[in-house]
Amino acid sequence: MLKKAYDWIDERLNVTPLWRDVADHDVPAHVNPAIKMSAFVYCFGGLTFLVITTQILSGMFLAMYYTPDITNAWYSVKYITDEVLLGNVVRGMHFWGASLVIIMMFLHMLRVFFTGAYKKPREMNWVVGVLIFFVVLGFGFTGYLLPWDQKAYWATAVGAQLAGSIPWIGPYIQTLLLGSHTVGALTLTRFFAIHVFFLPAALLVLLALHFIMIRAQHIAGPL
Amino acid sequence: MSDFHERASREQQPGLSRRQFLTYALGGTGAFMASLVAVPFVVETFDPIRRGGANAFVNSGHKVSEFNKTLPQLVEFRAHRDDGWNSADIPSRAWVILQEDGSPLAMSPICTHLGCQVNGTLGPDGKPEPSQDGQWWFHCPCHGSKYTVYGIQSPGSPAPRPLDVHKVKVDEAGYLYLGPLQQRNSAGQVIS
Ligand code: HEM
Ligand code: FES
Repeated sequence: MLKKAYDWIDERLNVTPLWRDVADHDVPAHVNPAIKMSAFVYCFGGLTFLVITTQILSGMFLAMYYTPDITNAWYSVKYITDEVLLGNVVRGMHFWGASLVIIMMFLHMLRVFFTGAYKKPREMNWVVGVLIFFVVLGFGFTGYLLPWDQKAYWATAVGAQLAGSIPWIGPYIQTLLLGSHTVGALTLTRFFAIHVFFLPAALLVLLALHFIMIRAQHIAGPL
Repeated sequence: MSDFHERASREQQPGLSRRQFLTYALGGTGAFMASLVAVPFVVETFDPIRRGGANAFVNSGHKVSEFNKTLPQLVEFRAHRDDGWNSADIPSRAWVILQEDGSPLAMSPICTHLGCQVNGTLGPDGKPEPSQDGQWWFHCPCHGSKYTVYGIQSPGSPAPRPLDVHKVKVDEAGYLYLGPLQQRNSAGQVIS
């Protein structure tokens, strides 16, 4: 039944070469944990992507109940946690996942570093990786404000002061970051927009570049 | 020789091949893990289904003895509404008349056609007075639906059904409490 539907589409659109080109490759021996257990370190990049995928999904589902307004944000998060069926699970996935992305990404980076995979010809992919790192830190910083509780408020207040302490331009950066001269309603809407629209867009573009470059250059050889 | 034949025939046995078995096992494990992630999302999304509509009864501030069997009286009350993380007492209105058996009928002023507020027949002093339009006492300003004092629509009205009615309760002191709205069929019987 599924096979028939697939064949019907394939006959008309010839999709088989498309996915074969993406997915049908032998895993090199030095990257295959089934051959050498220690090769599991090569899984961290894929695991980072897996966790990012669940972050995007859980974030989309949180956004159905969340509202970025200073009088209601906290109540809407409380509603998700206390009232919505399994809302605490979805929020928990997003909450713990946020730390997990950073852990996985860091392990991935360590693997690339210690296998020397960043060397010529893969320098540009290291640079893209560092940009992804900053984007993910941006997710963490902006997402942390969204529940609008004490922790959120003061973490952002401190973060803003850090930005404000940059010589000369600091105060301007701080005002632009907060959308205002203090942490308030405009900060919350701004962080929400950055967290939910700007950063996901940037992240998807960077990930596409990351993966296209890996395809073009293949995975680095054994040590 | 016979050994070779035996092996060959074993490999052609119907049933699962090694490759199929692995495909199913890995596919099944993958599907299980994916559903662990997906199930909370689906449940969370369908949460509104399990929430009932407004169920609370609020005191109308009037005793049943203040109403009569001839003309509906306008009652202004505050309907409690829980809306996600918001809750508010929303100013609301109902028209209340006593039925033949003396039980109160509390009608919503919302036209069942497209939701305009229907007007009762009021005199210059704002008090209800008998209709000059035969049995039609409520008139909708939008597309002309007409209703009797019991909220039953006229045959030519665009309104598809009578005015909705509140569930009602009366406490020991005789105060009228208004609950959730219910729909009625054209015979005036509550259907939901
Ligand atoms: C690498 C990706 C991401 C990271 C590291 C991340 C991080 C965070 C963090 C730390 C919070 C605060 C959670 C809490 O204290 O409860 C949060 C909240 C939130 N995030 Fe994300 N996030 C990511 C991706 C996304 C995406 C893609 C979306 C939507 C498209 C999203 C939507 C939300 C929403 C609506 C909230 C507020 C709800 C809440 O606070 O529980 N997130 N995020
Ligand atoms: S809304 Fe009342 S007649 Fe159309």
